[in-house]
Amino acid sequence: MTAPTTQTMGGTGSSAVPSAGLAAHQVSLSFGRQSVLDRVDLHLAPGETVGLRGPSGSGKSTLARVLGLLHTPDAGHVTFDGRPVVGARHRLPAAIRTRVAILFQSPRAATDPRLSLADIVAEPLRATGTGKDEARAQAAELAELVGLTPDLLTRRPHAVSDGQLQRACLARALVHRPAYLLCDEATAMLDASTQAHLAGVITDYQRQHHAAVLLITHDPALMTRWATRVVDLPPPAGS
Amino acid sequence: MAAAVLTTAIAACLLAPLLWPLDQSAVDLAGTRLAPSWAHLAGTDELGRDVAHRSLYGLRVSLLVGAVAALVATVIGGLVGAVAGTVGGRVDRVLMRIVDTIAALPHLLLGIFIVAMLRPSLGAVILSIGLTHWLSTARIVRSELLSLRTRPFIDAAVSGGASRIRVLTRHLLPHVLPRLALATTLMVPHAVWHETALSFLGLGLPPHLASIGNMINDGQRSLLTGAWWSSIVPGLVLVAVTLALAVLTDRWRDRLDPRVRAELNL
Repeated sequence: MTAPTTQTMGGTGSSAVPSAGLAAHQVSLSFGRQSVLDRVDLHLAPGETVGLRGPSGSGKSTLARVLGLLHTPDAGHVTFDGRPVVGARHRLPAAIRTRVAILFQSPRAATDPRLSLADIVAEPLRATGTGKDEARAQAAELAELVGLTPDLLTRRPHAVSDGQLQRACLARALVHRPAYLLCDEATAMLDASTQAHLAGVITDYQRQHHAAVLLITHDPALMTRWATRVVDLPPPAGS
Repeated sequence: MAAAVLTTAIAACLLAPLLWPLDQSAVDLAGTRLAPSWAHLAGTDELGRDVAHRSLYGLRVSLLVGAVAALVATVIGGLVGAVAGTVGGRVDRVLMRIVDTIAALPHLLLGIFIVAMLRPSLGAVILSIGLTHWLSTARIVRSELLSLRTRPFIDAAVSGGASRIRVLTRHLLPHVLPRLALATTLMVPHAVWHETALSFLGLGLPPHLASIGNMINDGQRSLLTGAWWSSIVPGLVLVAVTLALAVLTDRWRDRLDPRVRAELNL
């Protein structure tokens, strides 16, 4: 794999609007008086793996949430294959929301503790109208792909390890065949072998579906090995 | 012990019309204020009515009103809390100010006002208690929903294409329902007391119908004559049953709470 190219984002922003891909344009966001993102640009082209790094508090996760269509920026906008996206969450149709998937850092917080792993993986399909049997079958297929055995699928989150749960989260993220996968420190809590396995599954998926991956990680080795391009977010204002 | 008291009370209440039918308006002026004996286990009142027999029928009314009123309060509070917690923003602020305003009024006074507006009946008492006791439930449901809404598993559901209704019914409400059930059962003893208070004040059921509140109220006139049993016995029945209910609910809360909390915070 070739060494990634590096660029610094924020403040200066590019003016070109690429057509295909998921992009943030001059995105700014504050929580109260605390500015988290200040005129940030980021473009994810189909098929590429973009590494996003920056010190803690620089807004990496917030940018992932904005690109994940879960948060509306205060200023600037997000484009999806060249078309501006207005609003976030339920203001957007499910057909657009399901094109972008997020893999969160903590699989415990990201899974409903009441559901079995099989239900967790099948839930996005059930939520968008797929029949129970069909959803179960597709979920089982994906579970096998990420390395979850059938006996694990009947368990609830508290009865499996972080690694096993994150595998279920990855299967859930891929269940709608998203064009963009945003990994927000998704492998930070996992052991090396699980990390390698998940990275392998994501890379295979990326190759097959020409999907783009945004990789947020503090692990320089993983970043160098996996990302084709690295973007640096500047430290938060005032630090 | 608490379970035995409650089970016996509920079984006796359910079987009373079959085993010990009571003519509510029958009086026996030849046998007024008789002391407890084998013929009348808890004596008779100023109209010669069997106190034990009427206490049982009074308890039937109290438990029925308590349970239904707690359910009414839970439904109202649950709906208000669910709307405030899921819609948020201005709707949440307006609903919570309404809750604060009602909470600022003495609820017994408000209950008396509501029941005074209606014809004295079981329905009026239930409505009066239901309409004054939904506030804490609304607050519980709202705060639960607000804390759940920001959790990553809800983000994951939204990202996975779940509609608002789906998020509410599949992910939010199932987490809130155990708390709601607990709030309802905690409210039952309180609602029973409230019904008794209304009846005692003469605002509950018509005087000839047996209810614990009516009996305590009637019995206080006999206290000075030495016939203590006519108000003490219904009072003791009420204390024993509501205490048993409270102890069992408390035990249930102790068992339920850590599990729910542990599951949510895993």
